[in-house]
Amino acid sequence: MADEHYPEDLRYHREHDWVRVDGDEAVFGITWFAQDALGEVVFYEPPAVGATLAADATYGELESVKAVSDIYAPADGEVVSVNEDVVAAPELVNTDPYGAGWLVRVRLTNPARLDALMDQAAYVAYLAGLGEA
Amino acid sequence: MSAISPRTTSLYPRHVAAGAKLGDFAGWQMPLDYGSPRGEHLAVRGSVGLFDVSHMGQIEVAGREARSLLAWALTNDVAAIGPGQGQYTLMLTDEGGVIDDLIVYALLDRYLLVVNAANRDVCWARICEGAEGRDVEVAERSDEIAMLALQGPDWAKALEPLAGSPAPLGLEYFEITEDMIAQVPALVARTGYTGEPGVEIMCPWELAPRIWDALMRGSTSVTPAGLVARDTLRTEMGYPLYGNELGRDRGPIAAGLKWACDAAGLAFAGAESVRRDLEHPPSERLVAFAFDEPGIPRPGQSVLVSDVLAGTVTSGTLSPSLECGIGMAYVRSDLAMPDTAIVVDVRGRLRRGHIARRPLVARSPRTD
Repeated sequence: MADEHYPEDLRYHREHDWVRVDGDEAVFGITWFAQDALGEVVFYEPPAVGATLAADATYGELESVKAVSDIYAPADGEVVSVNEDVVAAPELVNTDPYGAGWLVRVRLTNPARLDALMDQAAYVAYLAGLGEA
Repeated sequence: MSAISPRTTSLYPRHVAAGAKLGDFAGWQMPLDYGSPRGEHLAVRGSVGLFDVSHMGQIEVAGREARSLLAWALTNDVAAIGPGQGQYTLMLTDEGGVIDDLIVYALLDRYLLVVNAANRDVCWARICEGAEGRDVEVAERSDEIAMLALQGPDWAKALEPLAGSPAPLGLEYFEITEDMIAQVPALVARTGYTGEPGVEIMCPWELAPRIWDALMRGSTSVTPAGLVARDTLRTEMGYPLYGNELGRDRGPIAAGLKWACDAAGLAFAGAESVRRDLEHPPSERLVAFAFDEPGIPRPGQSVLVSDVLAGTVTSGTLSPSLECGIGMAYVRSDLAMPDTAIVVDVRGRLRRGHIARRPLVARSPRTD
């Protein structure tokens, strides 16, 4: 499993999903905190290519041996591709949550929505707040 | 109502040091995994794993009428076992529902019952009920006895350097003996819940870390394994779990446990209901199943046969050995044949599978 970290070039959703913007496209995944809470991931149910994802809504599922976790879209978009490597080897979400463990690539349909997300510092502070709650 | 903080076993510091993910189980803070439930599962199948199961309960029954008490309280024929032998058995309500499934061991001077953690109090209450008016001494020993399960084909290699005598290594399946393990007085039984050969070791509560450390530091590599791996291992075997497959709402016949009921006698508490179920088989039967496409079944999901609702999933997981979704379900008896094609409704997605014979994974050849 990877060490706990939260890259500075990502934006973060309160449901522990990240987005990496790449021009008018973006890549979604789940954070180190999310994969740690879920445990060893053994199954990824991706959305269909072409599916429309709505910010704050679930678009797929990750499962550990004992639990199912919904994955939330941090922004609005249309699925351009899904990470078939994670479908074949779901543990990539644990070993490399921000790299090989990405989940979907989307074409952003409402980039303004990204402004509602947290930057790295805000997300780390948000996690600290969860720990105290 | 104030929250009761979960209890911990004497091995809790070892679990924390090993980086375990801890979770509540029947009021106990227990290791769920040590980082990789899949890896722990495969270690038990391939070499050997070590589980802390100290949360399980132990009840002792001794005295002139001990056997009579147990013949009333337990479904299996307790007269069939003599000193040094154990037996899988059930405790039923008067109405025939399952209070618990357990193992009863016959020792030289007493019987020892090992019961599920969640059912310690109800089992003890039932034994006390049976003790009234009988010449017996009963004792609840759960807080004094720790329990470790050493499971996997390399169990004997790991245990041999610690054993005070060759006796534990020569045990037959379901036999039990007393010995010194790592200089700790212990009961060693050739039992387990994984389908692999191995032993369960009971010892004084506070001395369990000595055995744990000796096994971990031995030359045979022993993998600490958590309750998640224990659950996937038993699901591959099709072993029922109280609370999932067994409960007060069903009897042993529907669960396929006729073999654990004393067929000739049927004199135990709840026997009337078992007799009725034998004459008129229950409408549903417990089956194991495996998926033929990706997906993981979960308890509570519907099982369909030919588009008709046929039953409900009671346990479901991803099998680390088979790398597919597996589970158990109560299914309409007329549809419960092995190889029957089924569909499970996994949160709206219909996953194809088939009813399979138990065990889903072949027992290790070194298991008796």
